[in-house]
Amino acid sequence: MASVTQNFMKLFRSGPETPTPAQAQQKLTRRSSGLAELARTWNATKNTEQSLCVLDLGSTSPANIRHFTERGHKIYSEDLLTASAEPNLVTKDEQGHPTLDSRQFLADNLVYPASHFDIVLCWNLPDYLDESLVRPVMGRLWSVLKPGGMLLAFFHTKDAGPDSPCYRFHIIGPDTLEMQRIKPRREARRGPTGAIHTAISDGFRLQRVFNNRHIETLFRDFASIKFFLARDNIREVLVVR
Amino acid sequence: MSAPLSADLAQIGKSVVIKGELSGSEDLYVDGHVEGSISLKGNSLTVGPNGQVKASVEARGIVVQGKLEGNVQASDRVDLRKSAIVTGDITTQRISIEEGAYLKGKVDIQGKQDSKAAK
Repeated sequence: MASVTQNFMKLFRSGPETPTPAQAQQKLTRRSSGLAELARTWNATKNTEQSLCVLDLGSTSPANIRHFTERGHKIYSEDLLTASAEPNLVTKDEQGHPTLDSRQFLADNLVYPASHFDIVLCWNLPDYLDESLVRPVMGRLWSVLKPGGMLLAFFHTKDAGPDSPCYRFHIIGPDTLEMQRIKPRREARRGPTGAIHTAISDGFRLQRVFNNRHIETLFRDFASIKFFLARDNIREVLVVR
Repeated sequence: MSAPLSADLAQIGKSVVIKGELSGSEDLYVDGHVEGSISLKGNSLTVGPNGQVKASVEARGIVVQGKLEGNVQASDRVDLRKSAIVTGDITTQRISIEEGAYLKGKVDIQGKQDSKAAK
């Protein structure tokens, strides 16, 4: 058990070395207290036969789609990290520094009616999203969540290194996730708009490490917030609108 | 993957561009550009690896290997292959999504008893 924990900690403190193909394909499982709490809270407070409307903001996951559709729910898939790498978003701020156009980003993404979703799965999005997009995206997510709707997000703790690998998350059980490392792409790739871009050729880099106060500030418009600290230096946060 | 050879399969080659409403009573393989709407009730649509479809689609079965932008309604099954890039809402009885496929939109499985979301 100690060696498993150590392996998890090593993964989140990885150095700048390029992962081997075996590492890139490696899938790890972890128990998610946040996911378990989300399911428990939902089942306890809502009509369990009600069809949920779920928004998954990670990479397209067949497992996640299967998990929710098999239970009669609707699921929306929108890979915001990949969307944030679109070249047409790059602009300059008032000081002439490169930044991303958050208005254009929200015009192209997260376009939903207000109070539409029961559950939003952010996964590790806030940690890897460009600074200019974090608050606008969280504001938009608040508005598309139904009152009483829940949002689950994962944050690295202060022990995480700057080159922490970025993972995709697949739901494989009521409280179990499979983590798949997003491997850096060397070649140019055609994005969702058809444009060829190399912005994701180096993978996604950890942009920041939130502390508890930063997280509370980020979700200040939400009604409640719960923290779950895991051994693998991931802080799971469950917020309710 | 090249287009399957079949006398009962209509094909749109990769150099062909069509704008308008497509409808038919046979299977269709699209490897070119189609913009508008595609209606193949009772038949199958395949969007080939070079296919770029910007249309609402209605068919019995739909296989996507290329790019599809528009809402998709399949009375039976939708298959997204690993090279698929789909933007739009999918309504179907069954869906299969390969690892690597990109989807931006909703998945709505109709008919709970017959529904099956497979890998």
